[in-house]
Amino acid sequence: MRLVSRTNPVTRLAAAIVVTSPLLLTLDWLSSSVILVVELGLLLAAGARPGWMLRSTWPLLVAAPLGGLGMLLYGEPSGREYASFWLAHITDGSLALALAVMLRALAIGVPSILMFRGVDATELADGLAQRVRLPARFVLGTLAAERLVGLFLQDWRQMALARRARGLGDTARIRRLLGMAFALLVLAIRRGTKLATAMEARGFGAPGPRSWARPSVFGRPDLMLLLLALAVAVAGIAVDAGFGTLHWVWA
Amino acid sequence: MLLLGPSGAGKSTLLAALAGVLGGEEEGETQGGLTLDGAAPEAARGRAGLVLQDPDAQAVLARVGDDVAFGPENLGVPRAEIWPRVREALDAVGLDVPLDRPTAQLSGGQRQRLALAGVLAMRPGLLLLDEPTANLDPAGVEEVRDAVGRALERSRATLVVVEHRVSTWLALVDRVVVLGAEGGLLADGRPAEVFAAERGVLEAAGVWLPDAPSGVSDAGPARADAEPLLSAVGLAIGRDARSVVRAGLDGAVSAGASTVIAGANGIGKTTLALTLGGLLPPVGGRVEASAALAAGLGAEPHRWRSRQLLTRIGTVFQEPEHSFVARTVRDEIAVALHALRLPPAEIATRCAELLDRLRLDRLARANPYTLSGGEKRRLSVAAVLAARPPVLVLDEPTFGQDRITWIELVRLLRGLVDAGAALVSVSHDADFVRALGDRVLRLDESGLHESARAAA
Repeated sequence: MRLVSRTNPVTRLAAAIVVTSPLLLTLDWLSSSVILVVELGLLLAAGARPGWMLRSTWPLLVAAPLGGLGMLLYGEPSGREYASFWLAHITDGSLALALAVMLRALAIGVPSILMFRGVDATELADGLAQRVRLPARFVLGTLAAERLVGLFLQDWRQMALARRARGLGDTARIRRLLGMAFALLVLAIRRGTKLATAMEARGFGAPGPRSWARPSVFGRPDLMLLLLALAVAVAGIAVDAGFGTLHWVWA
Repeated sequence: MLLLGPSGAGKSTLLAALAGVLGGEEEGETQGGLTLDGAAPEAARGRAGLVLQDPDAQAVLARVGDDVAFGPENLGVPRAEIWPRVREALDAVGLDVPLDRPTAQLSGGQRQRLALAGVLAMRPGLLLLDEPTANLDPAGVEEVRDAVGRALERSRATLVVVEHRVSTWLALVDRVVVLGAEGGLLADGRPAEVFAAERGVLEAAGVWLPDAPSGVSDAGPARADAEPLLSAVGLAIGRDARSVVRAGLDGAVSAGASTVIAGANGIGKTTLALTLGGLLPPVGGRVEASAALAAGLGAEPHRWRSRQLLTRIGTVFQEPEHSFVARTVRDEIAVALHALRLPPAEIATRCAELLDRLRLDRLARANPYTLSGGEKRRLSVAAVLAARPPVLVLDEPTFGQDRITWIELVRLLRGLVDAGAALVSVSHDADFVRALGDRVLRLDESGLHESARAAA
């Protein structure tokens, strides 16, 4: 993953979009399995360890077959029917659809999760503001707000303990949680206002152009990653077209 | 320059105006003008730098270096010049940590120095500090004060500081301005002259003058025969089993005595208080209630039901707002009484009595969130006292309080102890320890130690 870790987070975002867009636009099992296999090969070649890949993506590995199962039972029936039970029909068509959905979820999810492991929020914000030229006010505001999430968690814990201390911990769970949610909202607004004041006091939103302390650079690794992503995407579609299995979502 | 005045006189508002962050028309009215180097402060961003009271609220970015660079970036300082400025500012405040250290890992004193460095990196001509040390332990207060002193020596900037505890800043100020409660200027002059001439006004405003006695008598030694109500036995504390903060703690809390748990910021005092209060389960060892306190229940407070805890151990939280649940001050006090299913007549009597005793009667119908800091603190104490628990646990009860509220609280707590309550407070306020440390337990890396009162 050395190559990937040297790329700009914005490149990773772009690469993920490039690789996954044919998967979002097509609906067959061949393109997604080709793309998934090539992706896994590239990840392994880049030095990702299988154990680490499994640990990082296990929720997806559970969810994807479940999604496939839904399609298998309730997908639009066509072709030969193997089994049926009330509303559920397992047919040629639903089998192919189930496979396609499962592979698609994996082919989209696995590389996205692995490439974004360890992405630094500050670095991503630098890239989005300096390279993609999203408004600095928006990007930095989001970045600063993200830091408050940890404080909200602390607030929530303290509030739960305080409710126990005040004799409210035994009953009316739903009402208690609603009350806490409201109190957290009040605190969140207050913290947000304070943070905004602190940012303004540091010249945020000052007239005149802003400078950037950390350069956000694109280099050779970025170009390579993008080209690879493009190649994988094209390969998936080309194989489909070659075997005549191409099935666009709108077709 | 030191800026003083009663709460509500507009000290913080004035600082915000000087910093140009007062907000627009929709947030209030402004009259008259204020100029900074001959311009409106909003247009002169960066000429004035503001450090606020709350260390949590000010770190904007995740890493120390990036956070200090934030100000210069906003002012459009070229990149090549930013990093030397960052290092210079961190050096000036004596914050010797790597630039990529996460800001969340800093102590309170370090975070306030980081906020100061973030402001200094903008090279302001005017340095504005709004109670920058109110939330810090004594070591943190010194750190920040010394850092400000060093920074002023280098930059020759003008300093305006708002602070109740005057003695902290005396060495650095040569002018004191006192704002009146009704607006306007009460005094303006050299510190010694103003303190001498306006002593009465300043004390009434809750200001801690350098040599003013608090009027509260010092704590006496605890009675030797006092019965322990709550004991820690080989106690390990932490948020959960995976994160043990301290282990092997032993100590006891007795009826009719006030025990203060002292120790540096971040050492685990709050976690210890919450564990003693039966709110967090021990990660190891035990918290044991005496038979008298448990009154028929098991010995471990964290196993008691919420309502059973109410009449045995009361906990006052550091942040009053975390415990507010009702819409009015009176309902807030009644919450515990309703939970105990007391008859309405009894509830009414107890509420009226507490409202009166804690001078909240005038505010009975107000929303708790709208109270001042001192009023919120008094309300959070009243709400706990309503259930009449024999053990009271208080987490930093004097945090950020002015002198008047401080004296009131200390007198009230002393009265409770004299009436037989067992009091456990977590505090790093030296005056509080002097007044209420019948026994002082010091928490440090090696455990919990009985400490000589004089050393506290």
